[in-house]
Amino acid sequence: MKKAIVLIPLVLVAASGAGASAGELEFTGEVSGQLRFFPESAQFPGQFETVQPSLALEAEAYWESDDRAHSLVFVPFVRFDGQDSNRTHGDIREAYWRYGEDDWEILVGLNRVFFGVAESRHLVNVVNQIDQVEDVDEEDFLGEPMVMFATQQDFGQFSFFALPGFRERTFPGSVGRLRAPLPIDEDATGYESPLGQASVDALLRYSHFFGDWDVGAYYFYGTSREPRLIPNGGGTALNPFYDQIHQVGVDVQLTTDAWLWKFEGIVRAGHGDVFGAWVGGFEYTIFQIAESDADLGLLAEFLYDGRDPASAPVTPFDNDLFVGARLALNDVQDTSVLAGAVMDVLDGTTSMRIEAERRLGDSFKIEAEAQFIVNAAGSNPLAALEQDDFLSLNLTWFY
Amino acid sequence: MLLRNLPRRASRILALALAAVTLSAVSSLTVADDGRGFEVAARSDRSDRGFQDSEVELQMILRNAAGQETTRTLRISTLEVPDESVGDKSLVVFDSPRDIDGTALLSHAKILDPDDQWLYLPALKRVKRISSANKSGPFVGSEFAFEDFTSLELNKYEYKYIGEEVVDGVTMDVVERTPLYENSGYTRQVSWIDQDIFQIRKVEFYDRKGDLLKVLHLEDYREYLDGVWRTHTMKMVNAQTGKSTDLIYGEYKFQQGLDDNDFVKGVLKNLR
Repeated sequence: MKKAIVLIPLVLVAASGAGASAGELEFTGEVSGQLRFFPESAQFPGQFETVQPSLALEAEAYWESDDRAHSLVFVPFVRFDGQDSNRTHGDIREAYWRYGEDDWEILVGLNRVFFGVAESRHLVNVVNQIDQVEDVDEEDFLGEPMVMFATQQDFGQFSFFALPGFRERTFPGSVGRLRAPLPIDEDATGYESPLGQASVDALLRYSHFFGDWDVGAYYFYGTSREPRLIPNGGGTALNPFYDQIHQVGVDVQLTTDAWLWKFEGIVRAGHGDVFGAWVGGFEYTIFQIAESDADLGLLAEFLYDGRDPASAPVTPFDNDLFVGARLALNDVQDTSVLAGAVMDVLDGTTSMRIEAERRLGDSFKIEAEAQFIVNAAGSNPLAALEQDDFLSLNLTWFY
Repeated sequence: MLLRNLPRRASRILALALAAVTLSAVSSLTVADDGRGFEVAARSDRSDRGFQDSEVELQMILRNAAGQETTRTLRISTLEVPDESVGDKSLVVFDSPRDIDGTALLSHAKILDPDDQWLYLPALKRVKRISSANKSGPFVGSEFAFEDFTSLELNKYEYKYIGEEVVDGVTMDVVERTPLYENSGYTRQVSWIDQDIFQIRKVEFYDRKGDLLKVLHLEDYREYLDGVWRTHTMKMVNAQTGKSTDLIYGEYKFQQGLDDNDFVKGVLKNLR
């Protein structure tokens, strides 16, 4: 199987043209080698030490009809991990048929959808389950089965999603780093809904812009993407439990001059008492800093979450301040560096992250990523990651 | 920051430049005061009106001082907005390099207010409203600045008629324009417009110190529809660094039936 996956992209390199042309089947993809270094010794028994090599493949097949009304997309993904068998995993990120008319569209199949404006936490993003074993930054998502209908009107876009077939969150295995203090027992996953994974979720979203304001709002009812992790009877593992929730989400951005003012918030029922959570802040960009071609973006956001950890999934982002900076060199290789820190203003726990990337030639990209946790308070969920500071190097070939 | 339609804008700029000169009764620029300039500008402006929409694929070739080349391919769709107090709408989609394949930029141009712009980032499937305050920065690492594409509306400049000049046997009108909008990297630009088909053939850009910064040549004009001209080769050379960027356009398609719903942020996720 592994061999076939590698061979197919190689054969298709010759066939891939510049851009999707109507009526033609287009193949693209990427192959990515990754090395993660964990300089500190593991905190929990059974976790591997030091180096985690892996290889990931993602391909995309795309077709659209001559009139562009119909499109078909297929995006398989697989990662082979040298340490953690849970991280050796595959997923169909996208596999859908879409039909679009001038003012409406329908999409059936697996897809990824993103909502939100904030940088430090993707609070309102609710459709897709997080592929947690990929990375701890919660920016990798599993393909979600859906029937989506959207209509574009002068006063905005309305989208309705029916989401059958719940996807469970992925977790590192017991040998993996960046995990909870106890291993996750995925075989003991529980659901509030008697239908379990077969329960169908529903979401209605409105999105539009008014001058400098971009706004979005939705109502979601269904199975929470966040599981509660409940210790089993013997205290040897954590059992994921997915509750049914109602959630209203709002995202707003005001764009004025070089300032982006951002807010996103939710109100959720179903995890104990009804609670609210929000992220709000700004991004200010200094263009062509010091008469160079580079731009420097300065970011600050406050994160609040009113949930009760006794009855809701725990989060480290309950009262936290995020500050960050983004440097874009605007060179031919699109070199950029993003650095940020999130500090819990009550207990001082701070996680810091640096990401840098640069294109090499036309079809390679190198990325480096580092995360450090300092000052971890014992009561903060991030204490479980205290020994898991890491440096990750990615080399990706795009074809 | 969109690669909006340079020739079309150029003709409008010429129209305003010459209209302004014509209207100034005490102008010492007698060449323009005979009304010929206004006539030329009006004809030029009218020639492009009613193109409705266009689609084109192009290559962007970036060259460093040593002559090493890097190529990008992109597609641009433009929707003409008939109301001249509002700018056109446009969509740029990158096809290569592969790591930015599918990255798309939607722009609703304004006349005096900042443009509305949204960027689509395929890796996260995320649509992000971005600031259009960045005027003088490089567009995707090229020698073209954002303002070279976006700040081409007529009344963003003040104009001065310089005179006539014959270049390679073609008589040109030479017009100087000074940006009135904030954050420009230029103190002035000088443009050469031919008197045959009324299109911009060359522009010199002067930096904040008043020194020559860049020279743009627009070549290979072809006529579409009736009197709608488009350049197919634009060569921007940085006179200070020796770097250059060429834009090589393919065949334009006009009147493809695009409308406002093809230029909303909701479409960005569907572009490949």
